[in-house]
Amino acid sequence: MTWDCKMTDTFTQITGTVLDENTRCSFGDLCRFCGVPAELILEMIDEGLLNPQGTAPGEWHFTAIEIKRVQTTIRLQRDLRVNLPGCALALQLLEELEELRRLHRIR
Amino acid sequence: MLKKKMEYRDYYDILGVDRNATQDAIKQAYRRLARKYHPDVSKEADADKKFKDLGEAYEVLKDPEKRAAYDKFGSNWQNGQDFEPPPNWDAGFEFRGAGYTGGPDGDYSDFFETLFGRSGYTGGGTRRSTYRMKGEDQHAKIVIRPADAYNGSRQTITLSRATIDDQGRVTTTPHSLQVTIPKGITEGQRIRLEGQGMPGMGGAPAGDLFLEIAIADDPVFKVNKRDIILELPITPWEAALGATITVPTLGGKVQLKIPAGSQGGNKLRLKGRGLSTAKKQGDQIVNLRIVVPEAKTTEQKELYKKMAEIMPTNPRNDLGL
Repeated sequence: MTWDCKMTDTFTQITGTVLDENTRCSFGDLCRFCGVPAELILEMIDEGLLNPQGTAPGEWHFTAIEIKRVQTTIRLQRDLRVNLPGCALALQLLEELEELRRLHRIR
Repeated sequence: MLKKKMEYRDYYDILGVDRNATQDAIKQAYRRLARKYHPDVSKEADADKKFKDLGEAYEVLKDPEKRAAYDKFGSNWQNGQDFEPPPNWDAGFEFRGAGYTGGPDGDYSDFFETLFGRSGYTGGGTRRSTYRMKGEDQHAKIVIRPADAYNGSRQTITLSRATIDDQGRVTTTPHSLQVTIPKGITEGQRIRLEGQGMPGMGGAPAGDLFLEIAIADDPVFKVNKRDIILELPITPWEAALGATITVPTLGGKVQLKIPAGSQGGNKLRLKGRGLSTAKKQGDQIVNLRIVVPEAKTTEQKELYKKMAEIMPTNPRNDLGL
């Protein structure tokens, strides 16, 4: 196991990895994190859902929001039978909604 | 199978359809509600549970054979009522052990599993992708206070955790984890806990747990990404003359110098007093709000009149008035 792990009286105290604005993951990491084949990632790039930094696939890196986009896409495809362009639209609207909620909260 | 008390589940009620609804009507009701309560779409606190309930109800009602068997219990049962199936209730039906035909993942109720069997991790996994060996990832949300995000904290979360016994049976038990929430975490960020998801198949590693952070509303401190926003009420003379004022921050009280000639709505920045990590700094933004004292006594009213005389002002200049 790769995370710090120490026993307390009743619980195991666990520490994970924070996915934040510093998170960078490679093409391979993204596939492994999300349990998807490389082809799906390529299709998502084609659809404009993902926008990797770097020139060649071997040098690509992705951000935390892109990990989330892949995971949400898998669930929307599986649970609601949304196709890829539909997922792209849903994600764009969901992200806008989240932004509006944030602006509303700080008013 | 161990006999245990279980509750009747009214699948028609869950899908909001009549008992004589057509298969098409059932499908449409499921699709409509699945979109509404999908955990990625819905903000309702129990969306996750509602979505699972919908999946379970649809799993039974979409299959004419399962539906017919379920219908044999009659319509006199209430959702949540203690229930025991009559002996041989499933005679003449052949779905037992046939596994699942689709729909969202397991975690079905005792009621469902007693009647229609478990999907288990062996059969029924047809819609699970074959290239995927490790266990399913789990996703959960945790709500923390702004102070917990500022200082870092330890949070205990309880999840239902599936375990597989020697006979390959899956049981779901509540499982508590104490998770370290690092200092400077922000709303919407996720923590990936490797190996804390569902168990893997055939000795493969477990999935991961993704914990999404939400920050609870606080009466004093509002949170905007890494910044903390505080509204600070001040008097007109503090604004006009300048003052040094004690201001609360999530890291304790600080002295803030208000410059002379401040106006309501002006913002002052307390650097590094927001949700900061080693790499990223958050600030506290102090929004000035001027509180106008009420003139109650004659003397106080005279003072305002004198101010009007000595400091004639037209605050509506910009409106062309």
